[in-house]
Amino acid sequence: MTDTYFEILRPGINTTIQDGGRYHLYHIGITVSGAIDQRNYKLANYIVNNKLSEAVIEFAYQGPLLKLKNGKINFAITGDIFFNIIRNNSKIEKGKCYQNYSLNDGEQIDVVSTKKSVYGYLSVSGGFELKETWKSYSINTKAQIGPNDGNKYSINEKIFIKKSIIENIKDRQIDYKDSFNNIVRAIKGTNFDYFSDEAKNIFFNEAYSVTRLTDRMGMRLDGPNLENTVNTNIKSEGLIRGVIQVPADGKPIILLSDHGTIGGYPKIATVISADLDKVAQLSPGMKIKFKEVNLEEAEKLFKDYTEETNKYLNEHS
Amino acid sequence: MIKNISNLGDSAVYCDFGPEVNETVNSNVIDYFNHLTNLVKEEKIQGINNLIPSYNKLIISFDLTITNFLKLKENIQNLKIIKNLKKNNKKIKIPVCCDEKYGLDFHRLSKKLNLSKDEILKFYFDKEYFCYMTGFIAGMPFLGNVNEKIRCNRLETPRVKVPEGSIGITEQFANIYAFESPGGWNIIGNTPKKIFQKSNPEEPALIKPGDKVIFYQISKHEYLKFND
Repeated sequence: MTDTYFEILRPGINTTIQDGGRYHLYHIGITVSGAIDQRNYKLANYIVNNKLSEAVIEFAYQGPLLKLKNGKINFAITGDIFFNIIRNNSKIEKGKCYQNYSLNDGEQIDVVSTKKSVYGYLSVSGGFELKETWKSYSINTKAQIGPNDGNKYSINEKIFIKKSIIENIKDRQIDYKDSFNNIVRAIKGTNFDYFSDEAKNIFFNEAYSVTRLTDRMGMRLDGPNLENTVNTNIKSEGLIRGVIQVPADGKPIILLSDHGTIGGYPKIATVISADLDKVAQLSPGMKIKFKEVNLEEAEKLFKDYTEETNKYLNEHS
Repeated sequence: MIKNISNLGDSAVYCDFGPEVNETVNSNVIDYFNHLTNLVKEEKIQGINNLIPSYNKLIISFDLTITNFLKLKENIQNLKIIKNLKKNNKKIKIPVCCDEKYGLDFHRLSKKLNLSKDEILKFYFDKEYFCYMTGFIAGMPFLGNVNEKIRCNRLETPRVKVPEGSIGITEQFANIYAFESPGGWNIIGNTPKKIFQKSNPEEPALIKPGDKVIFYQISKHEYLKFND
């Protein structure tokens, strides 16, 4: 047990612990969870010299205000985030993402907000002192699984930090370029033929906007109705992250990391793995267009995505 | 047997066992599920990170950095499945209180089915159920088949909050709400028994695909004393 911890002076809107996810439990209804933007999660660990699978703090929109107690740490923040470091001399230092900072006893990190995205990550060197549940530290608020009894953090709670030797931390930073565009690539779904020719055409050509009915479970889109000519219900069956379902109202829903494991709405398409991080970061009001790719292209694009991630991870090593 | 194997996105295999929903088809799904679960545990197959059996489908999700659809498809096509390999499916007894405090939809059901509450209960309890699948939310079992005389559509307007432990029926299926959750099933009672327990890491879900379930009625008094 350590006694270094963050005291939560302001919890933020949706502050949780996340990691690579919780696997092999879909068959009993436990979803994968995990950092919704896996690349930014890994980069956060890389910058503070952690193993890439270390658990981090994930926040959305407005992040937490954290005060460090009883220790000195290194930390990094990744994403598109506006944050300040409040130093012991009351000086406010403007934070830069993708950079390694040291923080002294009593100093504070104020994660003011995300900018043109939704999620961000805060890593500390050595990682957080947490209890593992089914081989993962991810907080699943729907099933109340994981650290903090499976709940998002509240004011005055503490997040303990493992002891680490901060002298050994390399001064790391990443020159991260977010190649944002509004094209989301998807593979035709198992119920693609439930939809009218017009709907098929609309789906891959018209713009859809992200609505406010969006959280870690899924993202509801608004746009032209997708007419189902066969059946608006299917026999309930398994789901995975990235599946795009269309309920009877004709508006697509993209399933994200905390999605239900079983569902009965027709699947028009599935977002390719290479675009999942990007989709999760879309904020309400943003417009997207789906582009059809085949399986071979999707696999190639995932290889490119992985190589790009690895390029950042190897930049300074 | 699997009728068709296709890809669900770029990181899942979609095994379709045909359009019928019955115990025979579902037992096939569960045989494959059990077989693959063992292969994953024994590390005889690489890259699979989740298996989701449902009524007539098995979805196998995998890590695209380790394997891909075509490799797994070939693996699965060549599997020699031994039927009922794992005979460890259980028979579970679930106590249910159907007091008006917990049986929220008897009024609606009586009207729709033209049956009294006692008749509905007789048809409901006079039966052993089979667990087709577990999921949507953690631990929720989808059980069948409900007696034909008490089959009914889901509510026109789903409830925003169905209480934890509620027993719901819709069409040929029954389920148990392991957590408070939104839902549109007809609620006939509530069980004091914990359906999902994270404090039991080996077996958090009480009812798993392939298990049998017997419901029995308890009084409100027994319900309230159950967890003492």
